[in-house]
Amino acid sequence: MEKRVLFKSAWLPWVLVAPQMLIVLVFFFWPASQAVYQSVLTEDAFGTSTEFVGLLNFERLWNDSTYLESFKTTALFSVLVAGCGLAIALLLAVMANDVIRAAGTYKTLLIWPYAVAPVVAGVLWVFMFSSPMGVISFALQSVGVEWNHLLNSTHAMTLIVVAAVWKQISYNFLFFLAGLQSIPKSLLEAAAIDGASPARRFWTIVFPLLSPTTFFLLVINVIYAFFDTFGIVDAATQGGPGKDTAILVYKVYFDGFKAMDIGGSAAQSVVLMVIVVALTVLQFRFIEKKVNY
Amino acid sequence: MIERRPVANFFSHAVLILGVAIVAFPLYLAIVASTQSQEQIAASNPLSLIPGSHALETYRLALFGGQNSRGSTFPPALPMMWVSLVTAMVIAIGKIIISLLSAFAIVYFRFPAKGLVFWMIFVTLMLPVEVRIGPTYAVVSDLGMLNSYAGLTIPLIASATATFLFRQFFLTVPDELVEAARMDGASPMRFFWDVLLPLSKTSIAALFVIQFIYGWNQYLWPLLVTTNENMYPVVLGIKRLIAGEAYTEWNVVMATAILAMLPPALVVILMQKWFVKGLVDTEK
Repeated sequence: MEKRVLFKSAWLPWVLVAPQMLIVLVFFFWPASQAVYQSVLTEDAFGTSTEFVGLLNFERLWNDSTYLESFKTTALFSVLVAGCGLAIALLLAVMANDVIRAAGTYKTLLIWPYAVAPVVAGVLWVFMFSSPMGVISFALQSVGVEWNHLLNSTHAMTLIVVAAVWKQISYNFLFFLAGLQSIPKSLLEAAAIDGASPARRFWTIVFPLLSPTTFFLLVINVIYAFFDTFGIVDAATQGGPGKDTAILVYKVYFDGFKAMDIGGSAAQSVVLMVIVVALTVLQFRFIEKKVNY
Repeated sequence: MIERRPVANFFSHAVLILGVAIVAFPLYLAIVASTQSQEQIAASNPLSLIPGSHALETYRLALFGGQNSRGSTFPPALPMMWVSLVTAMVIAIGKIIISLLSAFAIVYFRFPAKGLVFWMIFVTLMLPVEVRIGPTYAVVSDLGMLNSYAGLTIPLIASATATFLFRQFFLTVPDELVEAARMDGASPMRFFWDVLLPLSKTSIAALFVIQFIYGWNQYLWPLLVTTNENMYPVVLGIKRLIAGEAYTEWNVVMATAILAMLPPALVVILMQKWFVKGLVDTEK
């Protein structure tokens, strides 16, 4: 893809890309390479000498049961966030698509949580679940559930999943609604004339045609759950009880900045980078496919 | 509408209204809590759902700081909101400017290593700040940018998505415009300023909304690079309100939370058209 007509200048294009390049080099490539470099070093307790240790930091991670636990926590967390978030948003989008005239109003009423910072979302939800003034914890107590997210790790996980899903619904909703509105009405009308019930029309026509949107959102939601939910975890549970809600990003932060394990934190960063690269490649391959389609 | 189904239609409305209510419920509770006094909240089991009459004093405490009747002191949120505003504006406008310039260079010029430059910008997509916090913090600290607007904003300004968006858009601009501009003897920058920039207005508006929210809601990065209270953005201030005190003063926390979400929520709702366009364009 190139323009037929181009400007000619030996220096101007360099000046134009210079600011972006400078930032990219100083704040992206240099730190990323430092992360890789630090991940093969170890520092003594006083930070006075460093030593090359090869893959020892990664080996340590591999043998570190809390790290593997954190991996499992993150996997569970992202599956729950993506699953619940997509299901609820799809339901709402299908309903909004049904009521064409009012769809715009519902859209306005549903999109604003996108603007709420993750940490604020965490604070709002922790307030509703805290005792004694929390409204939801009170409601749960009246049906016999003793809510305590500070001690019960299932409760803590539920809390951060609910807050994360709440914040992400608006995003999923917008994309599902756009996807639904681009499905040709003629297909649905033809199916209706053939006598297909609304439910059957949904599962045999709408849902398959929506699958590119669903897959795209799935990847985006997993990325969101992995990286953008730090604020929610930090505000709602601080990774607790114990380390039961410490997702990978939280652990990188905690180990690097609180526990001061630079090498271990860098090794974790490298693992995270590999995950992002894999997710991004997945996303782009999907987009390529869609262009062909 | 394919067939008339009044019952199903009613059902759809019911589900949507329930959805809107559930989504809005935390916000409503936050507003209610911010209008009650601390004593009221502390004594409630659960929180009363009817707004109280202490809104004015709670918001005054949250905005300007001070001491409440129980002797807890609060830092003022107003300067923190100013920090958030400056940070969000610098990030949004900075991203737009440097992305416009580099997309212009990539589309309208041929220069050696163009492929490499494009690739280098592209790869930053795969390095979100969360995965390289440690070393990036070290760089910013070495450059003496801790506790400064530069440290809060510049490391977040590079943008692969914005560069792509403008590149895609520039590729659709008819070549005849460049030919005409060149025939009239316009310099490249003149063409950029007088032709390309006015044509890009909608894309710029859409990107601004998305990036403003991104900048305003940054949490992890400010948490690392600011240790000075004067440089805390407001979302960081909220977290400190619930962590710092032995007893959380929820009314002030909720008032601050409302203040923190008001500007980005207003931007989303008032610029809804650009917001939706921005979301769809940057992701696809």
